[in-house]
Amino acid sequence: MDVGSRRAKISGETRRQNILGYLWISPWILGFILFTVGPMLASVVLSFTNYRIITPPRWTGIRNYVFALTQDRLFWPSMGRTFYFMLISVPLGLLGSLLLAVLLNQRVRGESVFRTFFYLPSLTPAAAAAILWVWLLHYEVGLVNHLLSIIGVSGPPWLASVRWAMPAMILISLWTGIGGGRMIIFLAGLQGVSQELYEAADIDGAGGWRKFLNITLPMISPTIFFNLILGIIGALQVFTTAFIATEGGPGRATWFFALHIYSNAFQYFDMGYASTLAWILFLVLLVFTLIQLRLSDQWVYYAGS
Amino acid sequence: METTSVMRADKSVKHGSEYWKRYAWRGVIYLFTIALGIIFMLPFIWTLSSAFKNPWELYIFPPTWIPQEPRPYNFVRVFEVVPFARWIYNSILVAFFNVAAQVLVASAVAFGFSRFRFKGRNVLFVMMLSTMMLPVHVTIIPTFLMFRYIGWLDTLLPLIVPAFFGGGAFNIFLLRQFFMTIPLDFDEAAYVDGASSFTIFAKLIMPLSKPAISTVAIFAFLGSWNNFLGPLIFLNSARNFTVSLGINYFKVAPLDAGEPRDHLLMAASTLITLPGIILFFAAQRYFISGIVMSGIKG
Repeated sequence: MDVGSRRAKISGETRRQNILGYLWISPWILGFILFTVGPMLASVVLSFTNYRIITPPRWTGIRNYVFALTQDRLFWPSMGRTFYFMLISVPLGLLGSLLLAVLLNQRVRGESVFRTFFYLPSLTPAAAAAILWVWLLHYEVGLVNHLLSIIGVSGPPWLASVRWAMPAMILISLWTGIGGGRMIIFLAGLQGVSQELYEAADIDGAGGWRKFLNITLPMISPTIFFNLILGIIGALQVFTTAFIATEGGPGRATWFFALHIYSNAFQYFDMGYASTLAWILFLVLLVFTLIQLRLSDQWVYYAGS
Repeated sequence: METTSVMRADKSVKHGSEYWKRYAWRGVIYLFTIALGIIFMLPFIWTLSSAFKNPWELYIFPPTWIPQEPRPYNFVRVFEVVPFARWIYNSILVAFFNVAAQVLVASAVAFGFSRFRFKGRNVLFVMMLSTMMLPVHVTIIPTFLMFRYIGWLDTLLPLIVPAFFGGGAFNIFLLRQFFMTIPLDFDEAAYVDGASSFTIFAKLIMPLSKPAISTVAIFAFLGSWNNFLGPLIFLNSARNFTVSLGINYFKVAPLDAGEPRDHLLMAASTLITLPGIILFFAAQRYFISGIVMSGIKG
């Protein structure tokens, strides 16, 4: 075979790879344009307009953004509440998931039974979980206050009180969250830590707690980081539980940012302003994720890099 | 932490004190695990118990764990007071198409990403992965307007059709990872025999990927069955609701004057939670492997 025809054959193969490759991924490319890029662009444009569906959108420049940051009386409180929820539920959730994974990793008898017990709450549809917890947290005849009364504590009115609605939200998110996928990912991470490292530490006479701090935690830090990022993304978008259980109340105590977007878009049909709010949330999320990525250099340990 | 102490004790049981320490730790761990297991299961048991109670029994104090007169009729009554059968039918319909579309389309796309070296492949793949981080609110408003424009609001189509366009980033990622483990030599041998890429996809890759496909099917079903925001935005009339949206409507739906509903809500919650739990018990290993795969890229 001479060089020329081989080159022709190679470029023919490259062409074939290009054509077939794009052919096979074409459904995703279409979907990416139709349901991601297109809507994102439309949403940016809408965020600079006044659009209430009945009349065509009217360009208003940055007025929506100014209104959100300076005049919308629910903007900062709902943003603050969402961050409060995130700052408490994400660390508690991560710690809880890690604790459960560590327990399951002790080669306890019946591990799969316990794993199932911990995992099942995460399978409950969010709507059912919300309904169920409204009942569990009932002031007078709810299970939680019944159990509290056994140990002599008179429980608060939970979802019906401005003060206790947020802790209740966090409690619900922990029940549905800590035994779910996060715990399984931690468990896989723990099982992936090389036994040789522990054996080497034994020879050096390291104690259990020191081994956990100096071997286990650094080795699973990529997993912690992954779960942290997903946790933050999820917490900033918290919606369903609050929408069903409290409708954002009482007295807006659980009026999260996602509820604010939803009500502007689909209750007041103020599509322009709701798009503005959505983009602010997206930017906040982006900045937060980038900060986490930057900080991760300090504490996430990637083996082999 | 107790973890590593136990590991250590496992290996050195020479001394008496070490021996007892080991058993004490085991005891603590078991007590702790069992206590947590009970705490996690109590809400389910409570819901189930409430679902079988007479309405009056819900409000007595102290509450009862075992219904004094178990009333399975509650589960029937749910179907009488709201169009619950219709909601289940809608949910099954949506879930069926989502499972079929996500499995087929995500497999095809993953096949493209894993089997061909085309220009811009890596950039597109990273873009695809990054869509998983995108908050739903950024796209939902224009998507709503689009479906409104083509007259699909209050139909199940907005919940079904998008699945055919890509099949979900997470699914594509998971399937691609799996396809990469199948040696390319297989494909090449088939190409030499004159097979087309479609034949290789349908006759070689898909049959070899049953575990990954099962995982995708399970999560597609759960994602669709549990979806709340989509139905909430796209559906209006009670007849067209899915179970998740239906149960929210049931909370405030007009019933016969004075008919209590808390026990019925518990029965309905139980009914819509059941499919996920049954699926978990039937296919536990696919669940676990799927979740573990999702953590790999972390």
